[in-house]
Amino acid sequence: MSATDSTAAIEAVFRIEVPRVIAGLARYVGDIDLAEELAQEALVDALRQWPTEGTPRNPGAWLTTVGRRKAIDLFRRNHNLRTKYAQIGRDLETAGPVSFGLEDAGGDGIEDDRLRLIFVACHPVLLLHARVALTLRLLGGLTTAEIARAYLTAESTIAQRIVRAKKTIARTGIPFEVPGEAERAERLAAVLEVIYLIYNEGYSATAGDDWLRPDLCAEALRLGRVLAGLDPADAEVHGLVALMEIQSSRLAARIGPSGEPVLLFDQDRRRWDRLLINRGLDALGRADELSAVRGPYTLQAAIAACHARAIRPAETDWAQVAELYEELADLAPSPIVELNRAVAISRSAGPEVALPLIDQLVALGTLDRYHLLYSVRGDLLELLGRHAEAAVEFGQAAVLAQNSAERDLSLKRARSNIELDRETG
Amino acid sequence: MRFLGYTLADESLPMPEPSPALYEEMGKFVEEATKAGVIVATGGIAPTAMGAKITLKDGQFTVVDGPFAEAKEVVGGWALLECRDKDEAIEWTKRFVSVLGEGEVRIRPVTGG
Repeated sequence: MSATDSTAAIEAVFRIEVPRVIAGLARYVGDIDLAEELAQEALVDALRQWPTEGTPRNPGAWLTTVGRRKAIDLFRRNHNLRTKYAQIGRDLETAGPVSFGLEDAGGDGIEDDRLRLIFVACHPVLLLHARVALTLRLLGGLTTAEIARAYLTAESTIAQRIVRAKKTIARTGIPFEVPGEAERAERLAAVLEVIYLIYNEGYSATAGDDWLRPDLCAEALRLGRVLAGLDPADAEVHGLVALMEIQSSRLAARIGPSGEPVLLFDQDRRRWDRLLINRGLDALGRADELSAVRGPYTLQAAIAACHARAIRPAETDWAQVAELYEELADLAPSPIVELNRAVAISRSAGPEVALPLIDQLVALGTLDRYHLLYSVRGDLLELLGRHAEAAVEFGQAAVLAQNSAERDLSLKRARSNIELDRETG
Repeated sequence: MRFLGYTLADESLPMPEPSPALYEEMGKFVEEATKAGVIVATGGIAPTAMGAKITLKDGQFTVVDGPFAEAKEVVGGWALLECRDKDEAIEWTKRFVSVLGEGEVRIRPVTGG
């Protein structure tokens, strides 16, 4: 094996182990920034020693032990830190041996340090984009440069966000703990929000983008799966994983031959990844086993599952979809949810039932720059035989469309409705 | 990135039944790798004696029941891995083989879909 092979292999080990190493060190030294620095220094040692000594049986434990030793040296050498960290230094020296055996997986009620780290990195006191950067860095092992490329931002911007986030954590004294019952729901919502935000950034990537961008979907899904493994008792975690698995099942089908987005109902369902769909349905099942009441992510997953189960769009259980959107509207109301609910109702109960709902949304005004509102209204009017009005709606949808494929589609429907109006008028 | 990892074995050689300890170790490894979001699907494959070989030639089907003695290397177990790159897939595969104690596993990228 060449020197470069060896380096790549060691860096792969590091990427796999680094969240646990940083988390363990953060618990020991009480400072995330210092923990990350120590982890990096341990990597330098690994790159130097492992090629000749061989990769240790338990690389995570090796890296943490080395990091801990460096911390002890640091506290001994640095007089300023000495008083501040004197107690920690003593605790480190007397702390038992590090082990990352499988027996550490929460067997005796000891939480996994990674779970503590996720909750800290996603603490609601931090701004959302700071939580995202910190999570990708500490739990994803992405470099600052990689995060910057993924988010089409300057590296310095990301670096600053991470630095400020760590300072805020230190300054506000966020404890390195898994939150208790009282704040669990709110803190968990903050974590899920971050993971789903990362997912959506990846989902919004287009064909021409840097490959790191769509990779964010895979990264978020991986983080979700890890979280489900660390925190299997929270239904919404499984709900979010289910949603991401099912949405990921469509990644190949949602891009057309010229890189244009393909709407759900126009996708070739043979290209949907059934392995991911089944994983999503399993995760949804676990969420439902854990809680009779569905949270917002679980509801969205259930909606996605309705579509996933239909081999053809015509076989979608629209009544079920409409009911689920209604439940979602109760929990997390939004004009988009109402719009989707109206679409589901038009398919299950008919366009005449759905049109008043759309008209209510139009009256609200919030979606008046959103092209889909007009194309949905146009669709309903077309189904009701009101072709002249439908043409107007599709024309407006074309004006507001976000890309040429959407515009062309709306123009096509506007033209066909003008034709139909002429024929029937 | 997805990789299919699979073990190869020579069916003509005696294959001792894995010890209960090995089953347990393997179970723990699969659980850990699954929780890490790395193993997305996995399974074993029964010996060729339980299988069948289907051939189509000149419009004619031929079906032959196993065993297939002429196969020197037979796929034994498989896992579908999701990793950020090949180096990570290799590292996880090393960990799997370490549980076995020794053996050969091949990994290949899965394309399409």
